[in-house]
Amino acid sequence: MSFLLSLHLADDALMLGHRNSEWTGHGPNLEQDIAISNIALDLIGQARNFYQYAASQFNADRDRYRGLIQSPAFLQVAGAIDEDDLAYLRDAGEYRNHLITELNKGDWAVTITRQFFVSAYQQLFYSDLQHCPNETLAAIAEKSLKEVNYHLRWSGEWVIRLGDGTVESHRRMTTAIDLLWPYTGELFIAAGFQKDAMASELIKDPAMYRQPWLQRVESTFEQAGLKVPESTWAQQGGKEGTHTEQLGYLLADLQYLQRSHPNAEW
Amino acid sequence: MGVNTRSFGKPYPSGTRRVKKMKNEETIWKLLAEVKDPELPVLSVVDLGIVRKVELMDEGARITITPTYSGCPAMDVITIQIRMELTSHGFNPVEIITELSPAWTTEWMSVSGREKLRAYGIAPPNPKQQVCTPEYFQREEAVQCPHCGSYHTGMISEFGSTACKALYQCEDCKEPFDYFKCH
Repeated sequence: MSFLLSLHLADDALMLGHRNSEWTGHGPNLEQDIAISNIALDLIGQARNFYQYAASQFNADRDRYRGLIQSPAFLQVAGAIDEDDLAYLRDAGEYRNHLITELNKGDWAVTITRQFFVSAYQQLFYSDLQHCPNETLAAIAEKSLKEVNYHLRWSGEWVIRLGDGTVESHRRMTTAIDLLWPYTGELFIAAGFQKDAMASELIKDPAMYRQPWLQRVESTFEQAGLKVPESTWAQQGGKEGTHTEQLGYLLADLQYLQRSHPNAEW
Repeated sequence: MGVNTRSFGKPYPSGTRRVKKMKNEETIWKLLAEVKDPELPVLSVVDLGIVRKVELMDEGARITITPTYSGCPAMDVITIQIRMELTSHGFNPVEIITELSPAWTTEWMSVSGREKLRAYGIAPPNPKQQVCTPEYFQREEAVQCPHCGSYHTGMISEFGSTACKALYQCEDCKEPFDYFKCH
């Protein structure tokens, strides 16, 4: 069921891209403001590719997917849907992103740590997806992977810089890790649509990425003088549409224009 | 395989002068050499290496391009400009297909494109992808300052004024400059 898989990948990229874009004009210094904005741009570009493919899948088999999106604004779309309809016209319960991507941007330590956790996961995931039998998803993965490699290097270096920095930066990193850690488990627990995609050999069981992901986190944290939390409890539900309160606020910001002025263009 | 396939089959706008010219692929390539990247106005889309295929379709043309970065905002403008350039020279309809695979790499940038970048004050990408792997604190081989030619340069930020560039500074002439990073 590549529609939901593509929608999920788009939602992940859009949420993280949007959260990062909240730093534009507010970064800790000019160079890093530009860096995080560029990463946001990459992610939103990746989201567009996945949304475009999801929209084409939806249009090709409307009867099959119709029931999945029930928001009144979406149902009013006449004719074929496009990437913007998927990004702007769904309600919170219809988003399929991992919870970690929607959380508030927090301070620089939270933003860096979240980016590092997600990039490390995406790097593993896209490395496999680029060889999957679905040509479109494989092509988007191949393209995205080149960008994710940069994101991973940049965020990993910042984890080391802050963890091994001052007393204050170390304290903030520890707080950020404690905050985000319970949301990392969801990355490795297959949701229904992922199990379907596994059955058709589009993707591997995300549980397989837990060990290599943990290895990267551990080796990076070791260089940073940071500890990997012991807790294994995982907050989950995002991929099935159960989200944190923070997504609602994000969507209010993200969707305001299209909801207030439908079809507005600039 | 085409993601983001856009077809621009709109009728020829009235009032536009129709230029009678030989229609062949060579003409199309020449016209494309006039379409510049809006963020790097010295480089054409051909120099950048984003034009993957050119096909003559009766009175029209089909152009296959590949994006540099997923979120590059210049791509939409480039698509529009290619369409305008070709339609104003009598190609109608113009179809533009965006292909993601194989992914664009700076290896596809033309030799003359690299020289144009350098003359414009942007260090061209190093020829080989040396450090496009996620190892920390690695640096590319020395990047040459486009102003004074020194290799004594340092990176200020991996992300520069656009997605495709990093910010460097020359330790000798002290000038900051953009480096078109390998990708």
